[in-house]
Amino acid sequence: MTKELLNKKDIERMLLRIAHEIIEKNKGIENICLVGIQRGGVHLAKRLRLMIKGIENTEVPVGSLDISLYRDDIRIRKGHPVVRKTEIPCDVNDKKIILVDDVLFTGRSIRSAMDAIMDFGRPAQIQLAVLIDRGHRELPIRADYVGKNIPTSMSENISVQFEEEGHEDKVVLQSKE
Amino acid sequence: MKDLVGIKEIEKSDIERILNTASSFKDVLKRDIKKVPALRGKTVVNLFFEPSTRTKTSFELAEKRMSMDVLNFSVPTSSVVKGESLLDTVRTIEAYGVDFIVIRHSSSGAPHFIARNVNASVISGGDGINEHPTQALLDAFSIIEKKGRLEGLKIAIVGDILHSRVAKSNIYCLAKLGAKVRLIGPPTLIPMDLPEGVTVFHDMDEGIKDTDVIMMLRIQMERQGKGFFPSTGEYSMLYGLNINRLGLAKKDAIVMHPGPMNRGIEISSEVADCQQSVILEQVTNGIAVRMAVMYLLSGMQENE
Repeated sequence: MTKELLNKKDIERMLLRIAHEIIEKNKGIENICLVGIQRGGVHLAKRLRLMIKGIENTEVPVGSLDISLYRDDIRIRKGHPVVRKTEIPCDVNDKKIILVDDVLFTGRSIRSAMDAIMDFGRPAQIQLAVLIDRGHRELPIRADYVGKNIPTSMSENISVQFEEEGHEDKVVLQSKE
Repeated sequence: MKDLVGIKEIEKSDIERILNTASSFKDVLKRDIKKVPALRGKTVVNLFFEPSTRTKTSFELAEKRMSMDVLNFSVPTSSVVKGESLLDTVRTIEAYGVDFIVIRHSSSGAPHFIARNVNASVISGGDGINEHPTQALLDAFSIIEKKGRLEGLKIAIVGDILHSRVAKSNIYCLAKLGAKVRLIGPPTLIPMDLPEGVTVFHDMDEGIKDTDVIMMLRIQMERQGKGFFPSTGEYSMLYGLNINRLGLAKKDAIVMHPGPMNRGIEISSEVADCQQSVILEQVTNGIAVRMAVMYLLSGMQENE
């Protein structure tokens, strides 16, 4: 069973708010680099860059991060592992890195992402922006910017769909049976 | 897929998956910290029954870049000289609890035999005159990196095809990926059973005309004097790659060699060091490709 939770307009409003919050919390955008976690986070990070440019009239660098090589679950995942592109466009030393992901769940992806970033250098800060926080954390991790908190049960799944991948922008709740 | 024992045994899609993954690992090798924790906690043993410096170094570096624990087992110091059988050696090693066995052996089919008898993933580092699969994969990767594709390219493999496991793996790999393979060498050094679509030339000038890629093979000095060719001087004159011959290939043709090179015999120094030579890039790519193979095999181990 699937249920649409958020549509294109909802997502856009949430991202615009997050863009404002990022600027507010960091008192501007100096030293900021957005890093999207493959794949959804990369789309979101690119959209945030455009929105920040609309507000501050300056571009912030955007990178992409694939965390496959840092995961702790290679032995329990099914199917062929696919390693996507990692591109960090700036020297991360002393930067404020804002990790961007679509759904925050157990927190394990974010742990992997932080490890990966640390291998590129020593950032001044790492912050986290997510579109959806669905709960069920298994690690002591929280997001600095949240589009929407959506409490879920373990048997449900949140799917975020993107225009960039040929779908309509939306957030869908899928429940098993 | 648990093992990589030969290119013959794998599908085109497997090859493509390995090559795609390898490009991510090549990025890792360009970073300051050239190491990822992907295979932390896994153990690999490098079992080399034949002398090897480069393949062994390349595997070992790839293993360390993936955070694996590495054991090296070299034959002159091992119990093999005390008369232990191959299977007993490998079973003993498996009892240590290793996840990967990289093996090079002088008998064709040794990796296949071991793969059937152990649970660990077996990767061939070259077996007899059969195959050297990771070399072919790194060659394919290097060509795609330079040319953007493999399909439709004219690729000449020159030298002792008969005894070359590098050539055999490359023939299978390039054919599966849709390249047009030409083999160039004296009739005594070309095998009889060739896959369909492969053409043979005994005249080098004719063979390398218009090619996109020229892969030179090492003339195996240890086989000299067995009557396959009259003398290295004559071989070099007929099948050596010099700058004039290179001019017959396409202008942007690339030159490859799996190493170690015999400068002045199969390849002139001028060619080996020229702009079109990608010989040193092959070495770097070898690490990335071997990392990709181990990563993908480990992902599949648990799924079966």
